Amino acid sequence: MRESTLWFWHLIAGVVILFVLGIHIGVMHLDKILQAIGLLSSSDVLAYASVLARAKSIGYLIVYLLLIGFALYHGFYGLRSMILEISMSKTAEKIVNWVIVLFGLALFVYGAYAIIVGYTIATNAA
Amino acid sequence: MKTVVQEKRTHPNRLGIGGWFYGGKFGVERYIFALHRLAGLGILLYFIIHIFVTGAKIHGQAAWQSAMSSVSGPLFHIGEYLVFAAIAFHGLNGIRLILAEFGLVLGKPKRPVYPYTTANMRVRVLTWSLMILAVILMFVGGYDFFLMH
Repeated sequence: MRESTLWFWHLIAGVVILFVLGIHIGVMHLDKILQAIGLLSSSDVLAYASVLARAKSIGYLIVYLLLIGFALYHGFYGLRSMILEISMSKTAEKIVNWVIVLFGLALFVYGAYAIIVGYTIATNAA
Repeated sequence: MKTVVQEKRTHPNRLGIGGWFYGGKFGVERYIFALHRLAGLGILLYFIIHIFVTGAKIHGQAAWQSAMSSVSGPLFHIGEYLVFAAIAFHGLNGIRLILAEFGLVLGKPKRPVYPYTTANMRVRVLTWSLMILAVILMFVGGYDFFLMH
């Protein structure tokens, strides 16, 4: 794929992450402040019941899937850019590319699997 | 017949890994860029571990609770806060990078006639505004992390 296409998606991913990670971080780490001003219902966000409550919501399902896909792409593309700044042979560059792609895909498959299984468990439990 | 020796198109990276951080006399944006990458690497490392730790939820309540207790305690709490701070910085600085990439905050190109401004100088107000916003967010996060938990 053309480098400029990969770079363009890196930027798009950045914008998407800004929104979905903003939601995730807000809910998980600014929880007490948001609860104090009434923007979030009071609960322990790390309790298993809260995990299930989030997992069964379609909204969170979309947020988590967008987050895992775009954040893994953004992160691994960024890591790849840093590694490829070191002078190396074309073969070595190809190896770096493949290792990055395989690691990223493996993490995406596992992460998306956990999100979807979590969704199924939570909807069946309710 | 004259042979034309083709010039080598690439040159070795003289600074090596040091070039990741050394920015010479470039502006503050160059050093923010180095920090941006460092924060990005930290977030990526956290993110990879985070996928596996929170993936425990699919094995039931007991697995979830044991995963959560394995990453609890003051050291992990401070570590999590550092990730929060890194995200605040990386995300807000990223807004400027994306705006600049699409040429939205650089102003119109001008003739370099003294006294002139460069694109970097025109974007610097935004640079510092976003950094101040990041620091405010770090204080708000710190309040939630350490005074409300």
